Amino acid sequence: MVSKLTITFYLFIMLILVTWLSLWVGSVHVPVFGGLTDWLFGIVNDRAVIVGEIRLPRTLIAIFVGGALGMSGAALQGLLRNPLVEPGLVGASQGAALGAASVFYFGLFSVAGSLAVTVAGLLGALVALSLMLLLSGTGKPSLVILAGLAISTIAGAALAVVLNFAPNPYAMQELVFWLLGSVSNRGLDSLFVLVPALLIGGGLIWSQRRLLAALGLGEQVAESMGLAVNRGSRIVVLGTAVLVGAAVSVAGNIGFVGLLVPHLIRPFTKYRPDKLLIPSALAGAVLVCGADIFVRLLPYGQELKLGVLTSLLGAPFFIWLVVREGKRWL
Amino acid sequence: MALISTHSLSVDTRLNNISIELQRGEVLGLIGPNGAGKSTLLNTLAGLGHYTGDILLESNNLTTYSSAERARMIGLQPQLVTCVWPMSVEEVVTLGRTPWGDNDEKAIQEAIKLAGINAFTERTIDHLSGGERARVWLARVLAGKPQALLVDEPVANVDIHYQLSVMNVLKNYAKSNNGVIVALHDLSLAARYCHRLCLLKNGKCVALGTPEEVLNESLLQDVYEISVDIDLERQPPIVLPK
Repeated sequence: MVSKLTITFYLFIMLILVTWLSLWVGSVHVPVFGGLTDWLFGIVNDRAVIVGEIRLPRTLIAIFVGGALGMSGAALQGLLRNPLVEPGLVGASQGAALGAASVFYFGLFSVAGSLAVTVAGLLGALVALSLMLLLSGTGKPSLVILAGLAISTIAGAALAVVLNFAPNPYAMQELVFWLLGSVSNRGLDSLFVLVPALLIGGGLIWSQRRLLAALGLGEQVAESMGLAVNRGSRIVVLGTAVLVGAAVSVAGNIGFVGLLVPHLIRPFTKYRPDKLLIPSALAGAVLVCGADIFVRLLPYGQELKLGVLTSLLGAPFFIWLVVREGKRWL
Repeated sequence: MALISTHSLSVDTRLNNISIELQRGEVLGLIGPNGAGKSTLLNTLAGLGHYTGDILLESNNLTTYSSAERARMIGLQPQLVTCVWPMSVEEVVTLGRTPWGDNDEKAIQEAIKLAGINAFTERTIDHLSGGERARVWLARVLAGKPQALLVDEPVANVDIHYQLSVMNVLKNYAKSNNGVIVALHDLSLAARYCHRLCLLKNGKCVALGTPEEVLNESLLQDVYEISVDIDLERQPPIVLPK
């Protein structure tokens, strides 16, 4: 059995490899290291622009988005004690989508410039989340799922209304493509949202790691061991929403990462929800960055959106999980 | 000085004016029909849920302790425990250190030894029998080294071999200057292992005292509404419905 330290170590090595690969892969072959150093020192040439301004933002965004999704999935599955839970479940994804849609249609937040969609997405996620926390009350698992479902449904309906009254087909196309999920054509300024979100959301979740572990034995046991179950649950949900909101508002919907990653990693962390958090973040980063490299390697033409690819790969895995879980209960 | 004492403890309609105390070295049995308030009493003593009246822990009010301090002093093993993740036995026992925020290997190994589960620490919890699992849950709570151990129905759904082994673990734990409160349905086991018994009915303490004082035919007839055969002279004592 690979211990927690070594799985973290291996994932870290994989992350470095996949980062380098992501900077290297593309339609033009340029030296990665040379390009990076030129870009860092402000030398303007082809390789500096290609590596520093096209591939680097894409790579970093893929890593942070993947990390956020991986960790939020691990946290939420631990909190709700259900391996079939997905971060989108707290309603943050739909909220972010609705926020972003309002930018595409109503031109809100034009002061934020290229970050307008991201800012609106994040706000949408936070509003959805606040409503969800309000509805779910104590943060009990069943209530979180119900409240998340309710908020997702409302936000989804509002999104449908916005689509229905689309002012022009281009705006609609732009929005739909954005919703499909991608990390291409995002500037480095997206990191101003992603990095703080990852630190804050990740920090909130990390502060409750003991609760996540203890909840494996049920709320009563966790509370009897001196943990504040209700307060801690809300902190975890808040952290998750910050992570998911930021990820969705930057990259659109990249499905199944939050579901899949904790599953792949869990056996290597002795099934301890607390020990799963960091490896899941790393594995999520590796997975999304790797999937993005795959998308770029496909024949030139209309690019397959990253979110579409992860859903295509994730859905069969999900079905397999359902079948396996079903067998366990039979 | 009592380890735990309650004064006029009430919990909405479930517990009514309970005043009991637990001494160090003592196993106190809670008996009574379903719904009598045994679980509510144990949960309340462990600091879960609201109550009126006073609970004193070593003569200080329970509310003066932080939840972590309380959890280090009082360990609760609820009646229904499941582990949703297929963790190894050792990982489950390690979780018992949560109140202390450490992974004290000595305490964990000691708890494993006390509960007699050395043979299967590497196995996962979902591959154990009911009797083995009952002892793992016990090891989990023992790993926290609580001075007051509250156990709710530890021998329900457990075969007679494991029933005795679990009850012996509790008795021995009490011997080393700790206190144990255990809720039991099996009155023969209660008579055999508990120093004192508290008989509950509809949230009220109907009788409190030694097994000889509490286990008498008219009292049990009144509480359980059936007649029972009692032979406390016999070794081991038996209390059976007629």
